[in-house]
Amino acid sequence: MWNLFIDNWDTFLIGFGNTVLCSVIALIFSLIIGSGFAILETVPSKLWRTVARIYIELFRNIPLLVIAMIFYLVIPQFLFKVNGFTAGTIGLTLYTSAFIAETIRSGIGAVGDGQMEGARSNGITYWQAMRYVILPQAFRIVIPPLGNQFVNLIKNSSVLAFVAGFDLMYQGDVIASSTFQTIPTYIIVGIFYLILTLPLSYYMQSLEQK
Amino acid sequence: MDFVNALSWENVHFLLQGLWVTIYVSLISIALSFIIGLVLGTVRYSKIPYLSAITGFIIDIIRNLPLLLIIFFTYFGLPGLGIRVNSVVASIVALVVFESAMIAEIVRSGINAVPEGQMEGARSNGMNFMQAMFYVIMPQALLKMIPALLSQFVSLVKDTSLATIIILPDLLYHAQIVYSQNTNYMIPMYLIIALMYFIVCFCLSLVASYLQKKFG
Repeated sequence: MWNLFIDNWDTFLIGFGNTVLCSVIALIFSLIIGSGFAILETVPSKLWRTVARIYIELFRNIPLLVIAMIFYLVIPQFLFKVNGFTAGTIGLTLYTSAFIAETIRSGIGAVGDGQMEGARSNGITYWQAMRYVILPQAFRIVIPPLGNQFVNLIKNSSVLAFVAGFDLMYQGDVIASSTFQTIPTYIIVGIFYLILTLPLSYYMQSLEQK
Repeated sequence: MDFVNALSWENVHFLLQGLWVTIYVSLISIALSFIIGLVLGTVRYSKIPYLSAITGFIIDIIRNLPLLLIIFFTYFGLPGLGIRVNSVVASIVALVVFESAMIAEIVRSGINAVPEGQMEGARSNGMNFMQAMFYVIMPQALLKMIPALLSQFVSLVKDTSLATIIILPDLLYHAQIVYSQNTNYMIPMYLIIALMYFIVCFCLSLVASYLQKKFG
């Protein structure tokens, strides 16, 4: 197994790099989009709440693989050309943003109506209250579940393998089919994933216990 | 793009056969992984020397790996151990292995959410550990885990689509067969299977949010 790694370390590392890159991009954008829809879900206007609800339910209830495939195969036929990495990352971002929206919304719910009422009766606007009173408290509550979503995101990034995204899983597949050492290759791939996910999920567990 | 011909009765019937495979693979995996997850979560919580630590370690390894990797391991690894399986069995084994680790974690945090006094009270009333677990802790813990469990089951249904890669004849695979014969059907196929997955998962999600309101 060690020899297998020495012979193919560059291929593994390219995959590892792409997996990290895809996860970081998807994390940043899904946090932004997710927070946006979470806030939309709490605004007084019923129309915007419905829009947010539809977005969240749509992306939460369709398999990530199908979403990624739609971006990889269907979008290029109408709009613009995308490569596998971009299509996979867009799919992953939208999929994860729905889960993050749901997590943050429950965080906002957990802060309690009294905080908003108190802030409003002190004369600040809805958006100021959101920005300075509600969201700082909500983010503190949702940090452990958000961390778990990030672990899921890293694991889900393996869907890039289906759309030729050159991620860790895809590169593993390439090595496995050229060396025929299937199981050792996938063990190495697994170790790479654990390097990313295991510390994060132990850290989140320790935060939860506090 | 050709919606009318793409959605001929023949094609829709073929897709529904795929949907049926998706549903029964999901149902078997849900049932098995729930039972195994319950046992593993309890073992991890019970603090039996060595056994709990080893179980916990294995659970943490499995739930931090991508499901796709576990599907590969099962499909290529089982024949290496001398077990020949078809893709349906391999998919179910992979899903059960992965999801029981996820469910074990939910079970553990559910049990942890029950106040410790409950266990102490039950034990000081003369129950042994298993009785206290079965009659006092579990009923309360299960109530607390219902929302998390159901959203895990929704994930499981969606995750069956990954088994397409080992040629599980599920909904996604059947759609791919249809549009590989006529690429004009590709877009209608993806839209219709997205809708089918959505309907199945959304119904499960509705049950989840109903139960969350009732018990949460």
